[in-house]
Amino acid sequence: MTDSLTSAPPRPVWVVDRWSETRALEEAEDRAVSQPAAEGAVAIETRSLNVYYGDVHAIKDVSLKFYRHEITALIGPSGCGKSTYLRSLNRMNDTIPTARTTGQILLDGVDVGRPDVDVWALRKRVGMVWQRPNPFNKSIYENVAFAPRFHGVRKKKDLDEIVERSLRAAALWDEVKDRLHESALGLSGGQQQRLVIARALAVEPEILLLDEPASSLDPVSTAKIEELLFELKKRYTIIIVTHNMQQAARISDRTAFFLNGELIEYADTKTIFTRPSRKETEDYVSGRFG
Amino acid sequence: MTAKIVDRVMTAVFYLIAALLVVLLVGLLGYILARGLPKLSWTFLTSPPQSLSAGSGIGPQLFNSIYMLFLTMLFTVPIGVGGGIYLAEYARPGRLTDTIRAAIEVLSSLPSIVVGLFGLIVFVYYTGWGYTLMGGALALMLFNLPLMVRTSEEAIRAVPHEQREASLALGVSRWRTITDVVLPSALPGIVTGAILTAGRAFGEAAALIFTAGMSTPRLDFHDWNPLSPTSPFNPFRPGETLAVNIWKVNSEGLIPDAKEVSAGASAVLVIAVLLFNLMARFLARVFYRRMTAAKL
Repeated sequence: MTDSLTSAPPRPVWVVDRWSETRALEEAEDRAVSQPAAEGAVAIETRSLNVYYGDVHAIKDVSLKFYRHEITALIGPSGCGKSTYLRSLNRMNDTIPTARTTGQILLDGVDVGRPDVDVWALRKRVGMVWQRPNPFNKSIYENVAFAPRFHGVRKKKDLDEIVERSLRAAALWDEVKDRLHESALGLSGGQQQRLVIARALAVEPEILLLDEPASSLDPVSTAKIEELLFELKKRYTIIIVTHNMQQAARISDRTAFFLNGELIEYADTKTIFTRPSRKETEDYVSGRFG
Repeated sequence: MTAKIVDRVMTAVFYLIAALLVVLLVGLLGYILARGLPKLSWTFLTSPPQSLSAGSGIGPQLFNSIYMLFLTMLFTVPIGVGGGIYLAEYARPGRLTDTIRAAIEVLSSLPSIVVGLFGLIVFVYYTGWGYTLMGGALALMLFNLPLMVRTSEEAIRAVPHEQREASLALGVSRWRTITDVVLPSALPGIVTGAILTAGRAFGEAAALIFTAGMSTPRLDFHDWNPLSPTSPFNPFRPGETLAVNIWKVNSEGLIPDAKEVSAGASAVLVIAVLLFNLMARFLARVFYRRMTAAKL
């Protein structure tokens, strides 16, 4: 696909929504028939997780299990705490002075929420991608090589290999292989976001946290990212926060619905979108609020 | 009066103010250069000053100025950037931080002559060094640190928070995040601060009169041992800078060509600041490009 397509202005949201809503639901139904969500191995889990920002109780007693090689979507209206919850999984909330967390975060059964756990090692295992692409103010190569070098990879040959492998995994290699040493800030938004994914993959995480990774991108770039996530799911466990319910329905295996900092409902995606058991969930997924 | 006319009048006023500023600068520079440039020659730039007869040069003073600038930047930049990093990255809002900020404000508003007197007490008498370039450099550091701290803090704060998050989320330590992600992006702002600081240091006279003295011993420019008393590189010798020299020649000089000498010295001072400015910007651009791959 060409760059002119990627930089095309996004279509008005409501046009996309009406059209893709039915399609997304159909797809969710198809997939639910073809691959029923089985109880696999748990990759990461929270037990009674609470997060406070100062006096604000942002996450209320959330217990959730995320399964290996699945995409789990976290949905809910703005301010419902889904991003806060996501950020607590790799303890990025530690960087906010007023934030306080209680409860357990179990990664492979080990509680990584305790203060004595090596938070750098944890973040190496749990990668993150943000809403707005935030590549470093460095070359494309350095964006990817930076963290592996910090974690001890010194040889040029090894770094070259990591950079190529990560960029290939993020479906970006062919577009940038001739300009690896140019600034990453010269890439288009969609390319930058795939670079951020490549950067996260470079430290070989087990889990990828994505916070609305496509919401600032145009439809073509969004499609590319979604395709990529499908591919990545074979090797990683993916947890994605999204505002876009069609996106959740299209790509996720399970969906968790958050409201006012509470987990309202968690089930396989098809159930959430077709036969939710809670009234709030039904109202939200049918577009009655949010 | 209609809004339209007010609009036009105010636009004209602002253009006038801008023009006035440019005219002032051009006039000042033109005056200094027109008077000073004819005086400039290789002999003037390299020969030592005379105390009674005509034909003074500014060789030692020019050297002292540059060496003093080097010494003071050696202290000011690391400490100033360190302070900026602390305030931007580590300081939490509270009484301690407020106190530190207030202290920096007060320090920055001290008149330079007061800094000079403080330097006289501490770096000249208390240490027993006498008048030294080192004492002068330390006094200049005191008076330039606030500016350096503030400009570095602003430059560091201006780096988007997402850049830090991205690095931390990759399991990179906080310190390496600062040195490898934040500082390279903040470099242009920090360099601007350093250039402002350097310009002030180069032109400062009052703080140096009481700390670095108003004379230079006989210097042997072939002696590069920084411990030898006749070496120009000895930081513990007295030495007046160009700016101090201009003040001295004008206020208490006995030489008949005092006007010409100070005009020449002023021109050199202005040109040196300009050259330093350009050089610092050039070096910063090279570093920035190397560290960020960005085209400036």
